[in-house]
Amino acid sequence: MAKPTLAFRNPPDWSKLKVLRWIVPAILVLIMALTMYYTVPYDSQGVVLRFGKFSSIENPGLHFKLPFGIDTVETLPVKRQLKMEFGFGTEGATNLRQHSSSRRTRDQEKSMVTGDLNAALVEWVVQYSIDDPQMFLFTVRAPETTLRDLSEAVMREVIGDRTVDEVITTGRQEIEDKAVVRLRELTAEYKLGLKIDQLQLKNVNPPTAVQDSFNEVNKAQQDREKMINIANGEYNKVIPRAEGEAAQAISEAEGYKLKRINEAAGDVAAFKAQLVEYLKAPEVTRKRLYLEAMADVIPTLQNTWIVDEGVTQLLPMVQGAGIGGGK
Amino acid sequence: MKLLPILILVGGLLIVLVAGGAFYTVHETETVILTQFGRPVGEPVTEPGLHFKTPFVQEVNRLEKRILEWDGDPTEMPTKDKTYISVDTFARWRISNPGRYFEKVGLERRALSRLEDIIGSEVRTAIAGHELIEVVRSDKDRVLPPNQVAEGTTASVQQTATRGRRALQKDILNAAAPKLTELGIELLDVRVKRVNYNQKVVGNIYQRMISERQQIAQRFRSEGEGEAAKINGRRGRDLKEVESEAYKRVQELRGEADAEASRIYAEAYNQSPEAQDFYGFMKTLDTYRTILGNQTSMILSTDSELFQLLERSKR
Repeated sequence: MAKPTLAFRNPPDWSKLKVLRWIVPAILVLIMALTMYYTVPYDSQGVVLRFGKFSSIENPGLHFKLPFGIDTVETLPVKRQLKMEFGFGTEGATNLRQHSSSRRTRDQEKSMVTGDLNAALVEWVVQYSIDDPQMFLFTVRAPETTLRDLSEAVMREVIGDRTVDEVITTGRQEIEDKAVVRLRELTAEYKLGLKIDQLQLKNVNPPTAVQDSFNEVNKAQQDREKMINIANGEYNKVIPRAEGEAAQAISEAEGYKLKRINEAAGDVAAFKAQLVEYLKAPEVTRKRLYLEAMADVIPTLQNTWIVDEGVTQLLPMVQGAGIGGGK
Repeated sequence: MKLLPILILVGGLLIVLVAGGAFYTVHETETVILTQFGRPVGEPVTEPGLHFKTPFVQEVNRLEKRILEWDGDPTEMPTKDKTYISVDTFARWRISNPGRYFEKVGLERRALSRLEDIIGSEVRTAIAGHELIEVVRSDKDRVLPPNQVAEGTTASVQQTATRGRRALQKDILNAAAPKLTELGIELLDVRVKRVNYNQKVVGNIYQRMISERQQIAQRFRSEGEGEAAKINGRRGRDLKEVESEAYKRVQELRGEADAEASRIYAEAYNQSPEAQDFYGFMKTLDTYRTILGNQTSMILSTDSELFQLLERSKR
């Protein structure tokens, strides 16, 4: 009896179907191979869960795990220093939670009330790292969001205990110190598995609307200094010069005194010497001196008339002599 | 007994079990409640790992085991001293009683809404019962430095708080937590994230700040003017002092000079009658030399000693 034939013209070649038998196992093997290994980056650690239960923590490198999703691995960048910015945001951050994306939120982050019931705008940065991967993953659902909220709460606590002047000028270091201590306290209390490395204040300003008046205060302080400096300058211009002139006048007077005394001493010495000579021959010296004096004087006179008592007619003819009467 | 049929049977059974959901995993962060036809069955499963359940009939409901966060929206509310502020709070909570939570709340969305209602109202109550300074200050023992530059102005007065923010937060927690335990929720804490002046009030605050600063600036300027005036006055006084001292000294010296010279002269010229005589004689001759010059005309007589030789000889 002939084999029953099917309706087709060309019956399928069932021998080729044998290959299909191996397709499903092949796919399974492929999936197994792909899900059997994983790498932990150099700056991270891997937390391995088996059927959802914590299994181990693995260091950087290539590792094997059970395939088909039996083992799952979560890698955390434990060696990397992470950063959070408040009140501002630098472009190009790789971590999405580093700063708030909307301008409005950033403005809200930096606006605060100070202890003297004034207002200020404070920008700051928190630097932290993951230091307990197990705690980080299994204790709090959103540890980094919680850290952001805590940072804001802590900063406002610290600012709320200080005056606006302390916040803007004198108290910056103290604020950073206080805030980082408090943040570490709360981070430990909240079991975030994070380590706070540093907290830094960035721009701190009075609110925009009052900035001009704050600048005015600085300017007024400078004006005060300027006024005092000008007055001192004037003083230093006038007084030393007056003192110099006074010293000069006094020196001149002292010179005058010296001159007069020396001149007097000189005159007196000359006189004394002459006196000695005079006393030796008074009459003769007297006559000599007299005649010498006349010899000096008379030639210089404009007009000289020598009259004798016998000559009387001359008198009326003297020009402009103005002598009336006889001798 | 053929091996192949047995393998196929076992394999088929496994597939049926797995497909029907006989196995389930519980993650480290989860608590699982099994339900049968919608009703919870057994205790909540908290141990992580692989577990068994009845396939097809029992369902897995997962609840969060970790600490959860609630972040309230900023809300405007008045303080006891009628200042309107915008308060933004956040809280931590966890599902402390999974069974009760599952029963009463079920969805997290509903839990958040209940938290909003309860915590929100307690925050309002607390804020309304305290003055603004109590909300702002945390460490009430910290004494604010007086605004030194504003000494003497209204800006130098600082307010003090008696309770402070931490006490307020505790009040809110103590009031809200009991209302949540009946839902299987444990409220761990409530904190203030942000406090700001509300938009209408902020204008007044800025005005006050501006006028404070203006007072301070004015004070600096008038201090400067005062100091400068003092220095200028001192300059005038010191100048007069220097000049008059110098004048006095100069006059003294000149006086001394003249006196000493006179003394020297007098001592010499008065030492004896002869000296006096001689001095008078010499001085007179010097005077002749000085006063008689080319402006003078003289009439001299032969009687004089000088010209006696010219006298007409007596007949």
